[in-house]
Amino acid sequence: MSDQDVDLERRRFLTISTSVVGGVGMAAASVAGIMYWTKSERALALGAPTVVSISRLKPGEQMVTLWRSQPIWLLKRTPEMLKELVRLNSHVKDSMSDESELQPSYAKNQYRSIREEIFIVIGICTHLGCSPRHKKAKELGADWGGGYLCACHGSKFDYAGRVFNGAPAPSNLKVPKHHFHPDNPNMVIIGVDPKDEGAKS
Amino acid sequence: MSSKLVGLKNWIDDRFPMTKMWNEHLAEYYAPKNFNFLYFFGSLALVILIMQIVTGIFLTMYYNPTAEGAFRSVEFIMREVPFGDVIRNMHAVGASFFFIIVYLHMFRGMIYGSYKKPRELIWIFGMFIYLALMAEAFMGYLLPWGQMSYWGAKVIINLFGAIPGIGTEIAEWIRGDFVVSGVTLNRFFALHVIALPIVLLMLVVAHILALHEVGSNNPDGVEIKKKKDENGKPLDGIPFHPYYTVKDIFGIGVFMIIFMFVVFYWPEGGGYFMEANNFIPANPLLTPEHIAPLWYFTPPYAILRAVPNQGLGVFLMFASILIFFFLPWLDRSPVKSIRYRGPLFKGAMLIFVISFFVLGYLGILAPTEGRTWAARIFGSLYFLFFLLMPFYTSIDKTKPVPERVTQ
Amino acid sequence: MKNLRNLTILLLLLPALSFSSGDSGHITSIDIDISDRSALQKGAKYYTNYCMSCHALSFSSYKKIQKDLRLTETQVLANLVMSYGDEKKLSDYMTTSLSAKQGKDLFGKVPPDLSTISRAKPEGVNWLYSYLTSFYVDANRPYGMNNLVFKDVGMPHVMLELQGYQIVDKTKDVNGQQVVISIKADPTRKGRLSTAEYKQAVKELVTFLAYVGEPTKESRHKLGVWVLLFLFIFTILAYMLKKEYWRDIH
Repeated sequence: MSDQDVDLERRRFLTISTSVVGGVGMAAASVAGIMYWTKSERALALGAPTVVSISRLKPGEQMVTLWRSQPIWLLKRTPEMLKELVRLNSHVKDSMSDESELQPSYAKNQYRSIREEIFIVIGICTHLGCSPRHKKAKELGADWGGGYLCACHGSKFDYAGRVFNGAPAPSNLKVPKHHFHPDNPNMVIIGVDPKDEGAKS
Repeated sequence: MSSKLVGLKNWIDDRFPMTKMWNEHLAEYYAPKNFNFLYFFGSLALVILIMQIVTGIFLTMYYNPTAEGAFRSVEFIMREVPFGDVIRNMHAVGASFFFIIVYLHMFRGMIYGSYKKPRELIWIFGMFIYLALMAEAFMGYLLPWGQMSYWGAKVIINLFGAIPGIGTEIAEWIRGDFVVSGVTLNRFFALHVIALPIVLLMLVVAHILALHEVGSNNPDGVEIKKKKDENGKPLDGIPFHPYYTVKDIFGIGVFMIIFMFVVFYWPEGGGYFMEANNFIPANPLLTPEHIAPLWYFTPPYAILRAVPNQGLGVFLMFASILIFFFLPWLDRSPVKSIRYRGPLFKGAMLIFVISFFVLGYLGILAPTEGRTWAARIFGSLYFLFFLLMPFYTSIDKTKPVPERVTQ
Repeated sequence: MKNLRNLTILLLLLPALSFSSGDSGHITSIDIDISDRSALQKGAKYYTNYCMSCHALSFSSYKKIQKDLRLTETQVLANLVMSYGDEKKLSDYMTTSLSAKQGKDLFGKVPPDLSTISRAKPEGVNWLYSYLTSFYVDANRPYGMNNLVFKDVGMPHVMLELQGYQIVDKTKDVNGQQVVISIKADPTRKGRLSTAEYKQAVKELVTFLAYVGEPTKESRHKLGVWVLLFLFIFTILAYMLKKEYWRDIH
């Protein structure tokens, strides 16, 4: 072992470059591990848009369907319910639902829906993820005009999914992407915007 | 190094022997400078053990240990999970590569006399690792719940039925049922993913600690600690780090090229790494035409089949593995390495290696009368290598061992 | 030391050299290309038309086929989905409406799921190809058909209308056993396809089954190139580093 003819510069360079390349390799390998945790093709296939028929839904009734394992409420509102919503504008935190993530742009209006009478919303409380219960008018007292109550922490929502003042939930319920079938107004397709439809099929 | 880092290092060293361990096992662990390529397989075994543990952890995230769901969940990983096919192939192919590495590692120990005094305990810990690894591989092979998984496990567990008197009870106790069933699968899963990996890791630590206590052997079988310089460092020793770390990193690179080639392009390994029959879900009503264990079990399996008496066959099969434990005391030669041994040992070693391969090959094939006789002959040679060792090693001519290692 | 290395390498190769391919009497080897979308699409169509009423591909969803074979959702729903009355979605697995009991009653055993069949034979797709081209007339069998590759098979020749009938010449071997010496098309009972067209159709079907057996194979093969390229670069660097340090010792 003679130390004098050691090319320290070269040694340093090779050590650093091997370490860097090895480190890049380890990082690339860990990408495989990270990707392994992303949604499987199965989860993606099951998360595809779902089609629901509302032909049997009577005014004032609500039905529930599943999309991506979340409850989706489909409510057919009566003219009284719609009138009540206008009255409640001053009782809810965010009457016009200004936060853009809460609903697609085509459902950003007084009734938070495409068609006034058909209200479609994800039935998950924006507070901590419980699913609120449907409570009809008068069920929660004389001045209760109907809506939803989250049993977990007491948040109340009206028939447009708007959260009442004083509730722990920070925002209104979320309206999913959806649209009505162009040829059949009783078919709702949940999970896809109207404009995406052409690109999809 | 900046003073802050030195400060942190000192802070840790006051509380945990970080620098001390680094020095003892790497920077100031002196290894003989004449290691050849067979010495790669120790560190490679460690690499593949870690790889098996990591890929195995990932597989458990989707695997379903039930008779109804196991096969489907493995196929689910292969088909629908991102990178699932790569990780599963790595794990399945890794099992075979683990045994290739371990067999070469053991072969290295045998030809250079690495089991001889003072390294008997290293050898014994290593043999326990080998046994644990066989149990680990056997139980892991049941988990995909294919035809070979099922019938292979069934045949092997039935071996315990040969134990006189209580055999049937023991076999049923292992299975937890009248036949191999979902219950068996579930307990094998528990042992495969928790119990045996812990045992393996502890044994590996013991193996390495014992090695670093006495120091590594080398292809010359010379004790480097006998010749030291004025600083007390072995004259023929070099610090493991950086010399053997950089060398092993290169070895790992070559290994990974071969390994990854197989993982990506040849995972079935011609039917040796993944058997065709295991792509058929387990069916307790239909035995495959020919059941062969995976290649790494075939030498003992050939011995089992060659014996006409079931009890004796099972005994000899286990004996063919356990007899390795006695190697340090069967070998009476004054020298360690094959380089300085005489023709008797060299010839015996050659016959043993040939017998091992022939038995392995016969274990894969369906038995015929001729093959059974061949297995008997080579099985006998296999045992004679061990049983006659005290005689031929003590009368064998040896060459003088040099004082220092050769290059 | 060189000799030792050579010996070890030789011993490592030994099992590969001695690998026996088994009985390949009537097995024809074919070349398939699992990246050939057109063959895969035609094969999928053959599969759903001729096989899927009995043999499920329950490890594969229609969605997966649609994505991997580059089909549109409408194409899959119109051409591949066998609904038999009940509503099917793209995310559904490709199951069959034939129950296990019905299968057992009809054919003597439950027709197996074919998701992994291309990997379940040591001869792989060659076996499948040979099997599907080797049906011949045998009056002793319940369906009037036997098979050279799968003797006394329980499955009827579902693609008979495409292939037409085949007949065999038999002779007695030294042990007095009947052995087949040739198989050829019966000129009086032809199918819709010529011999060459039928072979092509079976090849496409088998290509599809090879894809279904291991749908990720193609993408893995592409990824492998990069992994190996990286490992080569890393190993060369590691070798140079090792050489550099070991100049101290040599």
